[in-house]
Amino acid sequence: MQVSERHRQYWNKNLRITAILMAIWFVVTFVVGYYARDLSFTFFGWPFSVWMGGQGALIVYCVIIWYYARYMNKLDIEHNVHEED
Amino acid sequence: MAGMFDTNAKTDSASTATFKSQLNKVYTWYAGGFVAFVIVLGILEQMGLPKNYIGFIFLLATIGLYAGIGIMSRTTDAAEYYVAGRRVPALYNGMATGADWMSAASFIGMAGTVYLTGYGGLAFIMGWTGGYCLVALFLAPYMRKFGQFTIPDFLGERFEGNLPRFIGIIGAILCSFTYVVAQIYGVGLITTRLSGLAFEIGIFVGLGGILVCSFLGGMRAVTWTQVAQYIILIVAYMVPVVWLAVKQTGVPIPQAVYGFQLQKVTDLENKLKADPKEIEVINIFKERAAAADAKLKDVPAAMAADQAAAQKKVDDLKAANGPAADVQAAEKALAGLPKTADDAKKAYTAAKAANAARAVPLAGMPPHAQVFAGDPNGDDKAKTAFDTSRRNFLALIFCLMVGTAALPHILMRYYTTPSVKEARDSVTWSLFFIFLLYFTAPALAVLVKYEMFSVVVGSSFSNLPDWISAWSRVDPALLSVTDINKDGILQLGEIRIGGDIIVLATPAIGGLPYVVSGMVAAGGLAAALSTADGLLLTIANALSHDLYYKMIDPNAPTARRVSISKALLVVVALAAAGVAAQKPADILFLVSAAFSFAAATFFPPLVLGIFWKRANKWGASLGMIAGLGTTFYYMATTQPWLRSVFGVTSPVELWWGILPISAGLFGVPVGMAVIIIVSLITPAPSQKTQELVEHVRYPDLKLGQA
Repeated sequence: MQVSERHRQYWNKNLRITAILMAIWFVVTFVVGYYARDLSFTFFGWPFSVWMGGQGALIVYCVIIWYYARYMNKLDIEHNVHEED
Repeated sequence: MAGMFDTNAKTDSASTATFKSQLNKVYTWYAGGFVAFVIVLGILEQMGLPKNYIGFIFLLATIGLYAGIGIMSRTTDAAEYYVAGRRVPALYNGMATGADWMSAASFIGMAGTVYLTGYGGLAFIMGWTGGYCLVALFLAPYMRKFGQFTIPDFLGERFEGNLPRFIGIIGAILCSFTYVVAQIYGVGLITTRLSGLAFEIGIFVGLGGILVCSFLGGMRAVTWTQVAQYIILIVAYMVPVVWLAVKQTGVPIPQAVYGFQLQKVTDLENKLKADPKEIEVINIFKERAAAADAKLKDVPAAMAADQAAAQKKVDDLKAANGPAADVQAAEKALAGLPKTADDAKKAYTAAKAANAARAVPLAGMPPHAQVFAGDPNGDDKAKTAFDTSRRNFLALIFCLMVGTAALPHILMRYYTTPSVKEARDSVTWSLFFIFLLYFTAPALAVLVKYEMFSVVVGSSFSNLPDWISAWSRVDPALLSVTDINKDGILQLGEIRIGGDIIVLATPAIGGLPYVVSGMVAAGGLAAALSTADGLLLTIANALSHDLYYKMIDPNAPTARRVSISKALLVVVALAAAGVAAQKPADILFLVSAAFSFAAATFFPPLVLGIFWKRANKWGASLGMIAGLGTTFYYMATTQPWLRSVFGVTSPVELWWGILPISAGLFGVPVGMAVIIIVSLITPAPSQKTQELVEHVRYPDLKLGQA
């Protein structure tokens, strides 16, 4: 099975967006988590890290997944690997 | 309704559109019907319908409904039975995954954990949502493109052989079974509360509801039931929280306003810490702990003294012609005294620990807004406490996230969508529907805490709310209230409450009508049943599809495979109910253990199998064994209950202070490393397998036209 240059580009772009989104995921979860004690300034009534743990991080996770689906669905069409329906 | 359960519906785009609009219609009517049902019951309650009738009606109506969907979706077709015909639209698969995912632990336990542990409990909230990023980016679309029936299927194909498949089967059964026991325990708890039946009977009533659904219609019945269950559980979770938010702040969006309630909770915490009555209670517990400690210094003398005191009480009561009940109680206490020095030593040690645990401010709960224990700028002890607490918080998040992305019953759901594109969209919907509940849970915890601190604490013992006695009856381990300092007023230190009842008791704590309590219990039941369904199906499929069909008898006809799966379902369900009836030590530990097992067994081979062509059979097999083995070893040597099961007596040695709950932290990297090293020193996988990897990476390669 021979994979064309165009396919290879598709896969590389996929890897790139995966890496970028995972970096955001890592920062929101583990970097904010690590410095949580220092990030306790008040944010709309909550200490910031408490808000992040209970709600902020969750919103970011939702956006990450939504964006990935949108990006990849477009990329499929651009590189002609989308499914016919 | 007919099209939804029709096996022969075509999958061209026109019929897909009709199918979707039919689904929309059915579930809109259904949701409206549920709300109307609750309102009618509410009116009946006002007219004087007794509470236990309401509980029974909720129990029977919801289980009957699930059974009805199960009967309508019955099937013996393999594609329908294993993957619901692969035509579940993204939105509905999202809801079904949401219900499949949100277990008794999420619905009943999570907000309670946050209530009891504050910021530390948020690890569960972040871990159980953030894991979906891994599912979406690393697994779901590729699994769908691979397009088989189970996770061991993927391992068997990708890693060329039955050995990886077999290890996959063991792993899938181990983590799903651990998890399903916890669900059935939750079912028993709720059925007991709703119906007043004994716990052991409650378990088997709930089991009937689980079985009739998955037994008849497999994945198809389970999927459509789970959508119905999601709707019930989300409505049931939201109503009491919104009600509390309106009651306390006047704003019906609890998620947006609980920050201000958190500030009030912090003020109340400071007040309670300084309250002389609370301090009095703490001092009494301290004295009791000290007394137990003194007894430990000279056990025989203490035993004799206890014996004499108990005997004197019986004699005094008899001499004074006391009430028969008191005399009996005193005689029972006398007979219950430890007989041997060893027993007495155990009893005194337990009493010392129990009393010492309660001799702390705020009944042992950390201040709700405090991030981590200890203090990074304090003395050595405070510094260590801070570092350990932070390390465990992050480790737990890691295990829960990776475990989420490796639980076979969740990954299996992405086989049921019509296409790769729908699989991606479906993860988005899954997390959205899960998110709705998860970002409400911390709000619930804070609002209930405010209600407890401001209304319940300080009420008089002669006039305690009904829910306290109702829950103490279900299980005194979940809730017990005693007037320790005999002042007739309830102090926070006098309440011992288990996290598992916070959500179920929320409507009662907030003073809502009983119908809302019934609805929340029905929601919890929906959460536990839906997860149990998905898990049982995973176990039965691993045995019937992977073990029997793929490994033992590849020529078995479809009908026989499906019947074997159904028979196994019943056996596994009964076994799980048998274990749950023993009330195994710690439910939250069981659930988290399942996550650590799944993380260490499945995550490394699945991800490397897709992203690294060079990963091969031996790497994957040894990697899974090493990952699972490391996790199991760490747990067995450090967790008290497992230590007693396996008879481990050597002193507990924690690695870097990591608690056994996060054992997967060691298993995952070990698994990864072993796969990489072993794969590199053994031959590369065949050309055909490398092409399979290429194949799953692209939704549709369209060779020849690119």
